[in-house]
Amino acid sequence: MSDAPEAAPTQAPTRRRSLSNRLYTGETSLGIVSRARRWYAISAVLLVVAVGALIFRGLEFGIEFTGGAEISAAAPSTDDSTVDDVTDAVVATGIDGAADPRVTIIGDDTVRVQAGSLSTEETNALRDVLADELGVDSTEVTTQVIGPSWGAEITRQASLGLGLFVVAVAIFLSIAYEWKLAVAALVSLLHDVVITVGIYALVGFDVTPATVIGFLTILGYSLYDTVVIFDKLRENTKGITAQNRHTYAEAANLAVNQSLMRSMNTSIIALLPIGAILFVGAGLLGAGTLKDLSLALFIGVAVGTYSSIFIATPLAADLKRREPALQALERRVAARRGGTAPVVPVSAATATPAVSSAARGAVVESGSRRQPQKRTRAQRRSS
Amino acid sequence: MAKTPTPRPWRPLGFLALVLAALYGGLALLGTWSPRLGLDLEGGTSVTLTASTTDGEAPSAESMSQALDIIRSRVNGSGVSEAEVSTQGSSSIVVSMPDVGEDDLVEMVGQTAELRFRPVRAVLDGAGPVEQPDPSASPSAPPTATPTATPTPTPTPSASATPPADLPLSDATGPATPEEQAALAGFSCDDVETGAADDPKLSLYTCDQDNTTRFLLGPADVVGTDVESATAAIPQGDVSWVVNLQFTGEGSDKFYASTQALSTQAPPQNSFAIVLDGQVVTYPEVTSAIPGGQATISGSFDQESAQRLATVLNYGALPLTFETSDVSTVTPTLGATQLEAGLIAGAIGLGLVLLYSLIYYRGLGFVVMASLIVAGGLTYGLLVLLGEAIGFTLTIAGIAGIIVSIGITADSFVVFFERIRDEIREGRSVRMAVETGWDRARRTILTSDAVSLLAAFFLYVFSVANVRGFAFALGLTTLVDLVIVFLFTKPFVTVLARSRFFGAGHPWSGLDPERLGAPRRVGFAGRRRPAQPAKEATAEGKN
Repeated sequence: MSDAPEAAPTQAPTRRRSLSNRLYTGETSLGIVSRARRWYAISAVLLVVAVGALIFRGLEFGIEFTGGAEISAAAPSTDDSTVDDVTDAVVATGIDGAADPRVTIIGDDTVRVQAGSLSTEETNALRDVLADELGVDSTEVTTQVIGPSWGAEITRQASLGLGLFVVAVAIFLSIAYEWKLAVAALVSLLHDVVITVGIYALVGFDVTPATVIGFLTILGYSLYDTVVIFDKLRENTKGITAQNRHTYAEAANLAVNQSLMRSMNTSIIALLPIGAILFVGAGLLGAGTLKDLSLALFIGVAVGTYSSIFIATPLAADLKRREPALQALERRVAARRGGTAPVVPVSAATATPAVSSAARGAVVESGSRRQPQKRTRAQRRSS
Repeated sequence: MAKTPTPRPWRPLGFLALVLAALYGGLALLGTWSPRLGLDLEGGTSVTLTASTTDGEAPSAESMSQALDIIRSRVNGSGVSEAEVSTQGSSSIVVSMPDVGEDDLVEMVGQTAELRFRPVRAVLDGAGPVEQPDPSASPSAPPTATPTATPTPTPTPSASATPPADLPLSDATGPATPEEQAALAGFSCDDVETGAADDPKLSLYTCDQDNTTRFLLGPADVVGTDVESATAAIPQGDVSWVVNLQFTGEGSDKFYASTQALSTQAPPQNSFAIVLDGQVVTYPEVTSAIPGGQATISGSFDQESAQRLATVLNYGALPLTFETSDVSTVTPTLGATQLEAGLIAGAIGLGLVLLYSLIYYRGLGFVVMASLIVAGGLTYGLLVLLGEAIGFTLTIAGIAGIIVSIGITADSFVVFFERIRDEIREGRSVRMAVETGWDRARRTILTSDAVSLLAAFFLYVFSVANVRGFAFALGLTTLVDLVIVFLFTKPFVTVLARSRFFGAGHPWSGLDPERLGAPRRVGFAGRRRPAQPAKEATAEGKN
């Protein structure tokens, strides 16, 4: 039971070290920062598709934005003719705004009628008509009438909120980290929102105030996820110019790798409750605030996770390496390694498990990918 | 560097227990155990009125708060219990009531009150002849025959058209002409269209609000916007209530001219009628010309009627018109369904998160479970308290916010646990790993929670309606997360690290150094004397 550190690793020979351990020590290193161009390309394609969808298809706005009336009731039973019957009954009222109603069945048995702008009396009349048609009491009918100016108000508020949030985040990140990282984080945030909104345009999901709130929340979440990685990045790059063993980009890559598991965990744990809400909201209720919010969040969190890992950090590294101090560092590192091999491996194959040279007693940086490795206490003590 | 003092986990745990006890004790005192539910969970009607001014500017805070008071008293005066009237944003007022189907109230709330002062030209008792349900009737409204009020329930007054156009209108003042008198005799209170835009330059046939008296009124020379303010009060040395009117500069002149003309007339032409929404509220007599723009209306007022009149006058004096921008009704059934759905989603979400934590973090998963339960208790207590204290209502969006925050709260634990694992990989003992891991994780958690709070704050300020509940719930739960992580999770893990199961790194504890790839070195303090604390302290390289 000696406490002296052993010279050779003592893990059970049959048990392969888990991915998270290998990522931590740098044995396994996914070339994320090194393949920055690839990720930028993928994102560029996604962004083009998203913007294209927005321009050519546009968004499907709910009645809170367009104005109009929405009347729904749970029918005791529905069959194929229900939609037509209800449509006929509505049109038969002769009300102008209801001349072309959209009648759908959502969830299990809820009949929803959407019409143009109506006055309160007209809405009540339609409500009674629907109640008669379905055989329910008129107090069991849910109605909503929105004036057209309401949606404009919401949009205005949301845009204002978005703008101010971006400014506040920029300031906050610049203080907590530095402005270059702030820029990288903001780019990845905006990237998230554009792609999420683009998906909405592409598929044609409804956009309601709850959706807009979901979009804004995604910003918060994506930032959160980015902060998790940047924290590690800052830790790894503290005092980096004082050494010659690895460049900023390599340290950044290590940070991403080390945070990979944490970031994935964070995202999975965040997605689980959101998924539950989505399942219940879309499945059981069919429509409403729950579904709108959770759908936006679900898509946004997934995209946000992708961007924190594959966009924010490589971009930060790219922005930073132009700094003269870090350029000098790169030259020193290259010189130390013989000057021939590229400092940041650009076309490495997928991560291969390191051979035993990754053993703890060995010298730093001997991984097959030239990634800096965590030094053990023994190494630190000895150096 | 190592955290030198021995951690004392029981203090924060004790403090937290105290806080929870105080919270729930307070609730017991208040006697409430459930949070207030919003409209979309309980069912009800909500009407949103958006104000617009005559000059297009944003309404002033003062006018808005005045309008709020007035609408509130109108709503309460109509007998709807538990109606809530509040402002939203800078230019909207929301009226919510728990009943469904209050069509009249919805209409009344949404109406813009048009206030006019019209000289009285003729007064006639009674509500007038009842309309004959004659479909083939000619458009001339008042049938001369049958003042017998045959109760005919089905035909609505709109069965036969009521054209004010057929009533002789003029801009004359003074007593009614015989033609006009006949018209008034034939006029029925059913013909009054409240809220209809009547031409202030022409005379008006109308009734009072109780439909007991009919009037022929002259053109309006003073209108609502000429009134500066009105207050109900008991004048000094008196016992009955009066209403004091203050006119604007221009209004004072008009009022003076009007009262001058009126005071010379014989009754009933020496009265002016205060007409709101086309109906006569009251018609006081004028005994002398009133200069200076200050008038007092006295009569058989009690406090309630005086205040109501003052409200009416003030309302008409506002330069605001309200447009009904949103009316929604949620049936109680739908409300209950939404609530149920929210709770189910919460349960599923919680279960999934716990399952995942147990799988990935093993024994530490129990820490997650315990922390989430305590966090849940704290959040629930706060929701109930806020419901009582500031009238906070929980909406479906709020529930969604709480469920989403389960993920965010669990994330803080993830950060903490991952740090502990990192430290173990470095070769530290579990107990030390907890402390040093906490040092690092603390800053990350604080930063992340700050970000969440910032986001929640912005969401709250810039969202509308009941989606605000989402932002509020996010902000609240982020604060709760901070409290729980600092006061519960960390001390709890410290305590657990002292146990054999966790401290020795049992394979099921989630902190097994072998699984994490740490060198097997440091012995568990419980197996032998505390391992070299001095060695630990000096071994610290820069980390």
